[in-house]
Amino acid sequence: MSGAAQEVSGWGRYPRRTTRLVSVRDEDAVAPLHRSGTGLVARGNGRAYGDAAIGADTTLDLRGLDRMVAFDPGTGHLTVEAGVLLADIIDAFLPRGFFPAVVPGTRTVTVGGMIAADVHGKNHHGAGGFGAHLRDLTLALPDGTVRSCGPGSELFAATVGGMGLTGTILRATLRLRRVETGWIRRSTVAAADLDAAMAALEAAHDTTYAVAWIDGLARGAARGRALVYRGEHATRADLAALSPGAPLQPPAGRGALAVPFDLPALTLNRVTVGAFNALYYGRGRAGAGRDGLVGWAPYFFPLDGIRDWNRIYGARGFLQHQCVIPKARSRDTLGAILERVSHAAPSFLAVLKLLGGGGGLLSFPIRGYTLTLDFPATPANLALLDDLDAIVRDAGGRIYLAKDARQSRDTFEAGYGDAAARFRALRRAIDGEGRIASVLSRRLGL
Amino acid sequence: MIETPSAPPKLMLLLGATSDIGHATARAYAQAGWDVILAARDGAGLVRNVADLTARHGRVVEMRSLDIMETDGFADFLNGLPHLPDTVVSVVGLLGDQARSEADPAEATLVMRTNFEGPALLLGLFAERFAARGHGTLVGVSSVAGERGRASNYVYGAAKAGFTAFLSGLRNRLAGKGVHVLTVKPGFVRTRMTAGMPLPKPLTAEAGEVGAAIFRAAEVARRDVVYVRPVWGLVMLMIRTIPERVFKRMKL
Repeated sequence: MSGAAQEVSGWGRYPRRTTRLVSVRDEDAVAPLHRSGTGLVARGNGRAYGDAAIGADTTLDLRGLDRMVAFDPGTGHLTVEAGVLLADIIDAFLPRGFFPAVVPGTRTVTVGGMIAADVHGKNHHGAGGFGAHLRDLTLALPDGTVRSCGPGSELFAATVGGMGLTGTILRATLRLRRVETGWIRRSTVAAADLDAAMAALEAAHDTTYAVAWIDGLARGAARGRALVYRGEHATRADLAALSPGAPLQPPAGRGALAVPFDLPALTLNRVTVGAFNALYYGRGRAGAGRDGLVGWAPYFFPLDGIRDWNRIYGARGFLQHQCVIPKARSRDTLGAILERVSHAAPSFLAVLKLLGGGGGLLSFPIRGYTLTLDFPATPANLALLDDLDAIVRDAGGRIYLAKDARQSRDTFEAGYGDAAARFRALRRAIDGEGRIASVLSRRLGL
Repeated sequence: MIETPSAPPKLMLLLGATSDIGHATARAYAQAGWDVILAARDGAGLVRNVADLTARHGRVVEMRSLDIMETDGFADFLNGLPHLPDTVVSVVGLLGDQARSEADPAEATLVMRTNFEGPALLLGLFAERFAARGHGTLVGVSSVAGERGRASNYVYGAAKAGFTAFLSGLRNRLAGKGVHVLTVKPGFVRTRMTAGMPLPKPLTAEAGEVGAAIFRAAEVARRDVVYVRPVWGLVMLMIRTIPERVFKRMKL
C-alpha cells in the first residue's frame, strides 16, 4: 500500500498530526485498504476544522472519487461518488434549475464529508440536516464489506453524522430541490441586542433561510447586537419585480481573492475586529427592512470568496467553537458566553442560528440556538474554550464534532450522552478490530 | 413560434479517456457545450467516466474501445465513428519503468509504441481526413521529458521526443490547409501516473488545470505548443542550454 507519512491538519490548521496519507482512485480500492490495516479514516476536502479527518495511523484521501453517477431530472435524485464537491454539484445543476436541499457555509466540501458531519445550513429549522435529504448511501464497512443503506436503518442513522467512523462512505443519492433562479431574495433585520436577535430568528420560523451575524465585541446594552438575514430562493417573478432584466443566474464572480501567506498574528485584534464590526453593523442597519437580491455564492458561501481564508489567523492556526444550547436555556447561556468572550478575546466570526432537531445518532443539531465563534489557537484561548465548554455543559448543550479540535471527553459525554453510548455499541459490533479510528475518535474514546 | 437555428454542438474525440488528464479534458470540453466520444482500453473506467459526464451535463456521451497497440484496427476505429470529429485529443501515455526498459526490450517496446507509434499513427490518419475536409484540430499531449534525454526516463523521453517531432511536422505540413495542430507539454501533474513521487509544488499542475489549459489552447487561443505552467518554458530552456559535456555528468 503506497502513501507517505506526512503532517496533516484540518481547516483550522490545529492540531497537526503525522499520518500516512493514501490517495484512493476508485471505489474498489477502499475495501482492500480497510483489510490491510487499522486506525484509518476517510478524508474528503479537509474542511473539518479539527482532527475529525485525520486517521489515527492512516488517512484515506477520497478526492479521487469525484465522479457523478446518475441524475434523474424527474425526481431530482442525484447519485455521486463520495469525493464529489458541493461546488461541482451546484455548478452542474443550478443552470438546470436544481439546488442542493441543504448547504453548509462553504461549497468546497465533499458529499462524503457532508454526510459524515451531517452538516446543517441556514434552513435547518425547516429542512433538517444534509442527511435528511439522502435516499440512500453506500459504504465500505470496517471489514471491507460494501453495504447500501437508507433512512430507517440503524447503520444509516449511525453513518449520518457518524464522522466517518462506521466505515468509508463510497457514494450516495441525494435529492436536489427545484429553484427558478440563482438569486436569493434577502431581507435584513437589525437587532439591537441578543433578545432582539433571538426574537427575529424566532419570527423567521416560516422563512426558508435565516441566520444572524453577531457583533461578538459589543458589550453592555449592545451585547449580542446582530444583523439577522432572512432569505428565500428568488422566483422569476421576484427577479422581474426587484431587478427587471437581470439574468436568471448571477454572473460568475471574479477570480477569488486569496490570502497569499500567513498574516502576522496581530492583524486580528480587538481594535481591528471592533472597528470592522461597528462598520459592518452600521451598514447593515442602514439597509435593513428592504428586500434585496443576492447571488447564491455570496449569500451561502461568503468566505469562499477569499481563498485560504484560514491563513488570516497566522501559522499557529485557529479554533472554531460551535455549541448548541437547548432552547429553554439559550438566552441566559448565550448571554454568559458572549459576556465572557467580549472581555477575553475578539472573535472575528460570530454566527447565531436557530436549529431544529433530528438527524443521525451523533448529529450535532438539537432544538435550540447554535453559536459559532473563531479564535486564534493560543494557550489563552484554549483555556477560554474550556471555560465556554463548562458553560455549555451546565446548560445541557453540546459541541459540533466537525469543528472540534480539543473538547474533553467529559464535555463530549455530557453533551451527547445516550447517543454516544449507542454509537459505541454499534462500533463494537461492526468494528471489533478497531480498523476505523481518527485522531478525534481516539481523543473522545468513540 | 420562431425556431432560431443554432449550430449543432461540435464533437471532440478523446484518445486515452480513462487517464486523469484525459477525464479532466473531457470535462472541459463537455462544460463548454461540446459532444464528446471517449476512447480507451479500460471498459469499466470508460463506463464510469461516461456516467460522470452524462450526469453532469445531461448530454449523450459515447464511448469506443481502443487499444493503442492494435495499429491494424485504427482504420476500422475511425470508420466506426458517428461522424468525423472537429477535434481529436490524444492523452495516451505510459511512463513505464526505466530500469525495466533498460533490461527488457519488451518493456521498452511497450513504452515506445504506446507513447509514439500508436498516437502518431492514429493522429496521422485523422490528419488526412481533416486535410481533405479542410478543417480540424489535432491535440497531442507530449512531455517535457521529450526535450532532452535524461538517465532517469530516456526511453519514455525518446518516445515523447518522437511524438513531439511528429506533431511539429504535421503542423508544418497542414498549416495552410485549415488543420490546427497543438502540442501540449504538461510538466509535472498530480495524477495516478505520478502518485507517490515527491513533486515540487510550483511546477506541479492539477489534472483539472491541464484539462482547462488544453481546451483553452486548442479552441480559444489556437496555440501551437504550450507548457501548462509557463514556468516550464524557462526550466526547459535552461535544461536545453546546458552543454552536453556538463549535462552528461548531472543527476537529473
